[in-house]
Amino acid sequence: MAQVPVTEGVFTWPSETPQLIGSRCVACGNHMFPVQAGCPKCTGEKTEQVLLGRRGTLWTWTVQGFPPKAPPYAGDVDPKTFKAFGVGYVELPGQIKVEARLTEADPEKLKIGMEMELVIVPLSTDASGNEVVTFAFAPVA
Amino acid sequence: MSTEVAIVGIGMHEFGRTEGVSGMEQGVIAVRRACADAGVKWEDVQFAFGGSAAAGAADTMVSQLGLTGLQFINVANGCATGGSALFSAYNTIRSGVFDLGIAIGFDKHERGAFRVDTRGAGLGNWYGASGLALTTQFFGMKINRYMHEYGISHSTLGKVSEKAFRNGSMNPMAWRRKPISEQEALDSLMLSYPLTQYMFCSPGEGGVALILARADKAHLYTDKPIFLNAAVVRSRRFGSFEVLAPSIALEHNAGPTVDSSKAAFEMAGIGPEDIDLAQLQDTEAGAEVMHMAENGFCEHGEQEFMIQAGETEIGGKFPVNTDGGCLANGEPIGASGLRQVYENVLQLRGQAGARQVPNDPKVAYTHVYGAPGISGVTILSR
Ligand SMILES: [Zn+2]
Repeated sequence: MAQVPVTEGVFTWPSETPQLIGSRCVACGNHMFPVQAGCPKCTGEKTEQVLLGRRGTLWTWTVQGFPPKAPPYAGDVDPKTFKAFGVGYVELPGQIKVEARLTEADPEKLKIGMEMELVIVPLSTDASGNEVVTFAFAPVA
Repeated sequence: MSTEVAIVGIGMHEFGRTEGVSGMEQGVIAVRRACADAGVKWEDVQFAFGGSAAAGAADTMVSQLGLTGLQFINVANGCATGGSALFSAYNTIRSGVFDLGIAIGFDKHERGAFRVDTRGAGLGNWYGASGLALTTQFFGMKINRYMHEYGISHSTLGKVSEKAFRNGSMNPMAWRRKPISEQEALDSLMLSYPLTQYMFCSPGEGGVALILARADKAHLYTDKPIFLNAAVVRSRRFGSFEVLAPSIALEHNAGPTVDSSKAAFEMAGIGPEDIDLAQLQDTEAGAEVMHMAENGFCEHGEQEFMIQAGETEIGGKFPVNTDGGCLANGEPIGASGLRQVYENVLQLRGQAGARQVPNDPKVAYTHVYGAPGISGVTILSR
């Protein structure tokens, strides 16, 4: 089964060490995710593409306890098999806080400030039988 | 204090689920009730601002109300739709263009959590596909961080829900009228940690209409005019933490609620200490807690003591969400902000029945917050 990314241009794929793709303002150095052309900080109109850091700390989190509506959700929405998943913001030092799924969904194991690392996780299977993957952050063991 | 504009009539269609009645029809019923309250006929109304998020273009309701040729402008501004309609009506009268007008909000949403249109919200399809396009997640994450920083307890979240449903039980227009205990709130299904089912409001239905007049002509319509001292809408600034954001800046900005609150107090020429009661956006229990501080009514963290001590109850020092808020009324987006103003008009007139705030409140405050980082505040006085 082939693996395909949920979208192009949001994370590097395929890669042993995947990274999120963002933008940096040429004028003020502000980081943005995903890629965008204008800077919300200084109103600058010129940005350049940058790869964001792979590690950061958990700034806040929650657990998605019920199946999201599909569409837009592409993952499992069957209430019988749906597994709760973590969602959080990870603060990438000197760059930005990015929102992502978390590989951990147990409130007892999630702590604000814990070290996290970017990983690629399976999300669903598309019509052609490919495994669709997206990005997530996993606690650093 | 500026007293140039008065609310002289209020009308509401019951919030909740009304099978067989469209959102638009609920808006029409609210308009008729507001006209009856002010003793005006539809043909007397010179202008209207109205909107809904999911129940159609407001200006088409003239085909039911009467084709009088009035100026009717549709407003679409997410959770601040009602607030924006009110802001526009307020300033239309202040500018001297018209003397008598109406602000209308109504809605009717499908069941369950709001389905987010990722494209309409300026987000890539991958965002929703990956399971991130849920407003509920933002609320869970914002209060989780806030509890960590300021020591708010789970019990306090439960007490906010308990109060909302108790106040709702005294409100004949509310959707949820069965009281629940703090423990029942805490024990209900965990939807988005730390928030449970009874700590979240649900998308719903309803309509509200408010008739506004020049203050010096208010006596023509009512012997209890309620003056609109401020109406403000603000959007987010760089660094604020908002709903449906794939990323947030490292820099911190307090958000549009703080900006709109400050601007409203400045406009009215008063401060938080002068407010007798407030309706604060309570999309979920944590929002009410955080919005108490963001609107200037306490320091961050003081809510823990205030709520545990019952200070935000109807008989407390600073009553909050006296009609049950969004938690007991549900959230028909277009109508929600105007519901808060409706409740404050009742409270200031002394007509809130079983949930009347004691000691003749004189000044009341409303606050809405919503996607994609917008806030509206009003200050009313009698
Ligand atoms: Zn910049």
